[in-house]
Amino acid sequence: MTRLIPLRETILAGAILGLLLVIASRFSGFVAPANLANVFNDTAPLIILALGQMVVILTRCIDLSVAANLALTGMVCAMINVALPELPIPVILLIAVLLGAAMGAINGLLVWKLAIPPIVVTLGTMTIFRGVIFLISNGKWVNSHEMSASFTGFPRAEIFGLPVLSWTAVLAVVTFGVMMARTGLGRSIFAVGGNPHAAVYTGINVGRTQFLVFVLSGALAGLTGYLWVARYAVAYVDIAGGFELEVVAACVIGGISIAGGVGSVGGAVLGALFLGVVKNALPVVNISPFWQLAISGSAILIAVAFNARAGRTKGRIILKSAETPS
Amino acid sequence: MTDAPALSRHIPDRLNGRLSRVLRSWEVLLLAVAVAIFIVNCFASPYFLNAWNLSDATFNFTEKAMIAFAMALLIIAGEIDLSVASIIALASTAMGLALQYGAGTAELVLISLTVGLMCGAFNAVFVTVLGLPSIVVTIGTMSLFRGISYIILGDDAFRGYPASFAWFGQGYIAWVITVEMLFFVVFAVIYGIILHRTNFGRAVYAIGNNPTSALFSGIRVQRVKFILFLLTGVMSGFAALCLTSRLGSTRPSIASGMELEVVTMVVLGGVNILGGSGSIPGVVIAAFVMGLVTFGLGLLNVPGIVMSIFIGLLLIGVIALPRLWAILARRKAT
Repeated sequence: MTRLIPLRETILAGAILGLLLVIASRFSGFVAPANLANVFNDTAPLIILALGQMVVILTRCIDLSVAANLALTGMVCAMINVALPELPIPVILLIAVLLGAAMGAINGLLVWKLAIPPIVVTLGTMTIFRGVIFLISNGKWVNSHEMSASFTGFPRAEIFGLPVLSWTAVLAVVTFGVMMARTGLGRSIFAVGGNPHAAVYTGINVGRTQFLVFVLSGALAGLTGYLWVARYAVAYVDIAGGFELEVVAACVIGGISIAGGVGSVGGAVLGALFLGVVKNALPVVNISPFWQLAISGSAILIAVAFNARAGRTKGRIILKSAETPS
Repeated sequence: MTDAPALSRHIPDRLNGRLSRVLRSWEVLLLAVAVAIFIVNCFASPYFLNAWNLSDATFNFTEKAMIAFAMALLIIAGEIDLSVASIIALASTAMGLALQYGAGTAELVLISLTVGLMCGAFNAVFVTVLGLPSIVVTIGTMSLFRGISYIILGDDAFRGYPASFAWFGQGYIAWVITVEMLFFVVFAVIYGIILHRTNFGRAVYAIGNNPTSALFSGIRVQRVKFILFLLTGVMSGFAALCLTSRLGSTRPSIASGMELEVVTMVVLGGVNILGGSGSIPGVVIAAFVMGLVTFGLGLLNVPGIVMSIFIGLLLIGVIALPRLWAILARRKAT
């Protein structure tokens, strides 16, 4: 098992490199460092959300409300900025993270305390959050001229040549890498997804761990909400519509098993980067952006079929016909 | 040491004992809710109690309910299909495309149902032959099917469906009874019989409760699941037919988000999202409840997106409340 995971990531990294080479052979400008940095920056929100989704999926849950959470937090941040333009950015960041975490906590509590299947909970909260955006904004847009310069400037400010948005993604990747490999919570997350019953017997509180991953996913969605709205300098009801599927797609492509317990930070990042490269390459190679939805759908199917094949060999098959279709 | 409530799963041991009584009481409760909403609506808006308005209101749920019947069987069997709205988009796009080549009404019907069947088969192959989890597969095909519609249509639209085609979505059988309402009733009866009166229906319950023991009792588990995905696909194709006929045009964004409403309808109808229990009468009443809620709110000028808050709360509420009561009852007992 453990040997398979790096292999899967190597294949995915190879696929991304191959993709870049194919594009570079005809459009060499695409692989220029400045453009690659652009692609990375463009993919940063997806990377951050994919990390949050990864820990959720690892514990056998799913969070379909991340995009709605992002949009709601973004709208709240934008409206706060309009009302109080003098409010410093760190306070807005704090509000974004806390608000996102609170929405994640709602999901987490429903899953933990009431044992409602996560897909039902997050399908429900997804529509509720979107509706709430409409209620608080009256369906109106918050446009760039209403936002303060420091509000919209923060994610674009460059440090060592990379925008803050990119650095946030890098920071998130490092933090999650350390958390998954070096902390008790990270180990618990794998344990809960790998075998919840065994996790209970080793003293891990399964429900609480699932609650915590929803809070983590929500906090990241909230943080991304502010960055998203500030970067694009606009907030309205439908921002990041359908983005939750892209996030799940990034995880599935990155080899994170929907059955829980299998996956890695590297996989999630590579999955997000794969989608990011495809998305940014389509206009360059003159393919209509309308192809993107179908491509990410196909990528999910191919990735999940491939991962299932790789995972098929594990375990002993006692009753053959129970495992293979009759 | 705390237990893991997320893992606990009630497995009924007798289907004709207490469980069936609980199910019946759920449907009675739902019916009471439907009646209450009906009465509240009568007082809330003077335009509610009008045969033609009520007839119009049935469009709020007939197409979704057609899919919900098949989806109920699928969820009872422990699977799910999130791609139904995208199947509608693809089937509708295929019809629009065929229209450009001069297809008549009969061909359009055939194409819609065939596309639905093929999409269902596509999902079924991934789930039953390759053994992949249906939720991931159908999230993937959800993007793929609608993505194909976008590739074909872009931001364009197909229009100009023949007049005879309008019968499905705009026709009336007699007085205020719409053609769609007739289909709704017919499919409710058919699926009710399939689930509650046939061996196939018993197999669906058995698979949902315990696929391994179902296999040991001689049920062809994968074949039954395959058929259920086909049924859901065909019903989506049929819903595409009705919806396209009613709207008179096809856009790739057609029916977006409908999968959520269909799943909500099924769960509201008392079907266990984890599989194993549920009934068609429950889904029928749930369809009316959702139709009445959206129609009533519409008459009060509540925008669609705010209605979706109610749908979301309804979805979580109907599952959360009984569990909350159970927890409170347990606290009281100890």
